[in-house]
Amino acid sequence: MEATVTTANNDEKTWGGGDIQPLGASYGKMMMWFFIVSDALTFSGFLAAYGFSRFKFIETWPLPDEVFTHFPFMHGVAAPMYYVAFMTFILIFSSVTMVLAVDAGHQMKKNKVIVYMFLTIIGGLIFVGSQAWEWKNFINGEYGAIETKGGSILQFVNKEGKQVALADFAATLPEERTQLSRSHGTWFMEEPSRSQYSVAEVQAGFKAHPDLLIRTEVIKDKQKTILSRAESEQRLGQAAYVVEGANLERNEYGNKLFADFFFFITGFHGFHVFSGVIINIVIFFNVLLGTYEKRKSYEMVEKVGLYWHFVDLVWVFVFTVFYLV
Amino acid sequence: MAHAHESNVGRIWKVFAILSVVTIIEVILGIYKPDALHRQYFLGLSLLNWIFYGLTIFKAYYIVWAFMHMEGEKSSLRWSVVLPVVFLVLYLLFILLTEGHYIYGVFKDSTIKWNF
Repeated sequence: MEATVTTANNDEKTWGGGDIQPLGASYGKMMMWFFIVSDALTFSGFLAAYGFSRFKFIETWPLPDEVFTHFPFMHGVAAPMYYVAFMTFILIFSSVTMVLAVDAGHQMKKNKVIVYMFLTIIGGLIFVGSQAWEWKNFINGEYGAIETKGGSILQFVNKEGKQVALADFAATLPEERTQLSRSHGTWFMEEPSRSQYSVAEVQAGFKAHPDLLIRTEVIKDKQKTILSRAESEQRLGQAAYVVEGANLERNEYGNKLFADFFFFITGFHGFHVFSGVIINIVIFFNVLLGTYEKRKSYEMVEKVGLYWHFVDLVWVFVFTVFYLV
Repeated sequence: MAHAHESNVGRIWKVFAILSVVTIIEVILGIYKPDALHRQYFLGLSLLNWIFYGLTIFKAYYIVWAFMHMEGEKSSLRWSVVLPVVFLVLYLLFILLTEGHYIYGVFKDSTIKWNF
């Protein structure tokens, strides 16, 4: 038995740093902390860049309340915040089960560690799934909008100021619209997938519905500005694209950079959660196999716990920056 | 680690309660956005946003100190992790936000137009 036991304190094998413990932490734990420092700075860089762009376009940035309004099984009901609040709880709770696993590891209670690790993994999977659902709603969009030649987004509202979907008013014109694909074009020409309606159809539909108005991106007094009917018609004359949902080029919510930052930052965070789940699963199986029981130390659980809490920590900031402020 | 074998379960649940309550407060404020806070400004940011950032830092403190057990580490490790992050983040934010605000001014006051 003794022969198979490996401990970090073996003098011949100093890969783990041996007995030298600067800062009073084991080699692995200290390095995990410094990895977290560098990763924290990476995320700070992204969030600060988001802040830069937002300050740059402070008067036209999309309002989060109007973008993230979905909740499962409540179609058409504007429920801002509730869904992200739910996601935040899932992640905080999986952090709690993780720290409980670490605590049980300190007391060498293998079965407790197994249960808590399992719950942590489940929590992580629910979070990643929720994020996928959030992305799906963001990408599909709900109302659709028009982009002008100058690159700003025009949304449609009714007399009460509520947003109206393109599908509710766009006319159907007898025009032929074919997707330009490589097989049709000359010299490798193609275009991204066509929107459901053409600019002319939206313009005709707008003319036929005199109660519709246009809402611009400009924020005045904490709200987006709604134009008068005459101004709306004039503005719509400059329409260049129909925008439905969001991609990396343009999005129906407003500033183009908004969707880019949303995809990049929540995607990078989601990738961290995903890799955290994978690492948790590896450690989970090691616990099951009794590796740490033999090692007489559950420090590996503690180290992966540090990473997992860091992912939660980042979400706390992403939550504030993208959904609250 | 002298504290290695004692159980911290009580404290863990207490911290969970604190984090939950703070999150609920944030969500309620985020949904109702009271005008008294939303329309009052301090240093170019509404009071509501200051509160959000304050609560975020508060939550971050509890996650790092209690969940990541920073409170049990030596103060040398504590400072060598926390200080560089705090200093560099403040520095980064100062530079980028100042520049962002400056570019906003350039677009606003000159003949250059971005999105129209």
